[in-house]
Amino acid sequence: MAVGLEHFLVLSAVLFAIGLYGVLAKRNAVVILMSIEIMLTAVNIAMVAFSRYGQFITGQVFVIFIMVVAAAEVAVGLALIIAIYRSKKTVDSEKFDLMKW
Amino acid sequence: MDLYLLSPEISLLATALAVILLDLFVKEKWILGWVSVTGVIVSAIFALSLWGRVETSFGGALAVDQFSIFFSLLFLGIAALILISSTEYSRKFAAFRAEYYALVLLATTGMMLLASTRELISIFVALELTGISLYVLAGFLKDAKSSEAGLKYLLLGAVASAVLLYGMALVYGLTGTTYLDEIAAAISSQGILGSPALLMGIVLLVAGFGFKIAAVPFQMWVPDVYEGAPTPVTAYLSVASKAAGFAVILRIFYEALGPASLDWGMIFAVLAAITMTIGNIVALTQKNIKRMLAYSSIAQAGYIMIGLAAFTAEASSAIMFFLACYALTNLGAFIAIIAISNKINSDEIADYSGMVRRAPLFALALALCLISLTGIPPTAGFMAKIYIFSAGVNADLLWLVIIAVINSVISAYYYLRVVRVMFLGEPLSEERVHASSGLRIALAITCLGVLLLGIYPWILMKYSEIAAITFLP
Repeated sequence: MAVGLEHFLVLSAVLFAIGLYGVLAKRNAVVILMSIEIMLTAVNIAMVAFSRYGQFITGQVFVIFIMVVAAAEVAVGLALIIAIYRSKKTVDSEKFDLMKW
Repeated sequence: MDLYLLSPEISLLATALAVILLDLFVKEKWILGWVSVTGVIVSAIFALSLWGRVETSFGGALAVDQFSIFFSLLFLGIAALILISSTEYSRKFAAFRAEYYALVLLATTGMMLLASTRELISIFVALELTGISLYVLAGFLKDAKSSEAGLKYLLLGAVASAVLLYGMALVYGLTGTTYLDEIAAAISSQGILGSPALLMGIVLLVAGFGFKIAAVPFQMWVPDVYEGAPTPVTAYLSVASKAAGFAVILRIFYEALGPASLDWGMIFAVLAAITMTIGNIVALTQKNIKRMLAYSSIAQAGYIMIGLAAFTAEASSAIMFFLACYALTNLGAFIAIIAISNKINSDEIADYSGMVRRAPLFALALALCLISLTGIPPTAGFMAKIYIFSAGVNADLLWLVIIAVINSVISAYYYLRVVRVMFLGEPLSEERVHASSGLRIALAITCLGVLLLGIYPWILMKYSEIAAITFLP
């Protein structure tokens, strides 16, 4: 059985769902950040698969942009986590309760 | 490639970098704020000089038309007012003043690009330039509450970006292009209209952008971030970020997904009804004025979404007019709050009791802005609501407009409650509230604007009408 576009899209959808589950269910802020990365990876897989099977190159360029921007976003995210850890001594998102969530 | 078409964005970016550099050499830090304001004015002059041109550049990725210039000028005006009114507030983070100004300018650059790109990759990069700058700004005070606001904003914002990207991936995969006009052509010619994959892509796009404009059910970040972020940043978020979200939604949905309007028009209509109802009902119970304005901004997003659901040229003109009026009104309210809560160190509505005797002008200005948010004449908010409601009626959305009118009545209760507390309550102390000249100037501009647009709305309406025909003749 040849591996086709559908296989990649199913993989991508499953990964996206796993990431979304992590975001909703996990309590550690760092793990939530990692789950977001999984969601972005799922998008990247879909983009590259569309690009490879549709013979249009833009998808691969898009993936590079997504990776660069995601890196910047994670850098800011970790900085904010450190700032919050300094004042609360925890990265548990349930404890971020100064304001109603 | 014509760099002159990009001159407003380039000059703003250059100002942002110059402010950070100047910070290293200049002793008098107050200069930095005025350098930033000058940069905004220069950028606005460039933008004005481009009015009337309809051109594309960078291989079709950048569009300069009346629509993008209208929004650029709106964002620049908001940025200038925010910069002027944070000169005093920025003492709270005196060591990082330059970074604060630079981040506001960078976020504005991103928003201007959002309004003028016609290509998905550029839209994504502009969205993230705006987003990341705003995440940092929300956590700028570095105390527990502000960091919490910043982190919550970042985590939910990143999830929204991922959802949005998945939607973009589906649209790209179906049409094979990232250019909005080619997407529209591909949708109508390739027979993918009504395919489940396209519908899925549209739903994901709505979810991703719904986060930006704070539509229910993607609004859970709004109250926390608005309460925790520094007040000028909250003001900026509540008007500029929302306007940018609507600008890019108009661009993508009207230009690229126009042929599929039957699919998404109904989604927006239902979301509009839910958004304004939930926003207004939850706002009724709020005791913190920043939280109350957060829910009020959710409700206002619901009113604006009537225009999205209508999908006519009149409706998109009404959206632009509403956004400008809303920007003036909400900025005015927040500037008055900055001035008052700087002095009394509280955002609780109960502490505003008798404010008219301690700060008559600020209390009057805040009352005017709240009246405008309710939509009572002769204010800008009234004209904006009339315009968008009539656009809704003309587009056969009478049921939605009826819900909106009922909601406006509900909203009067919580807006006017603040007015009543300020005018009829007993003052908690006799101490007068003073504020810097920057705040006074900014507040005067917004209040005059609110009254002017309430009495002579067509001085702005004629431009929003010209801008609206960019997509729908």
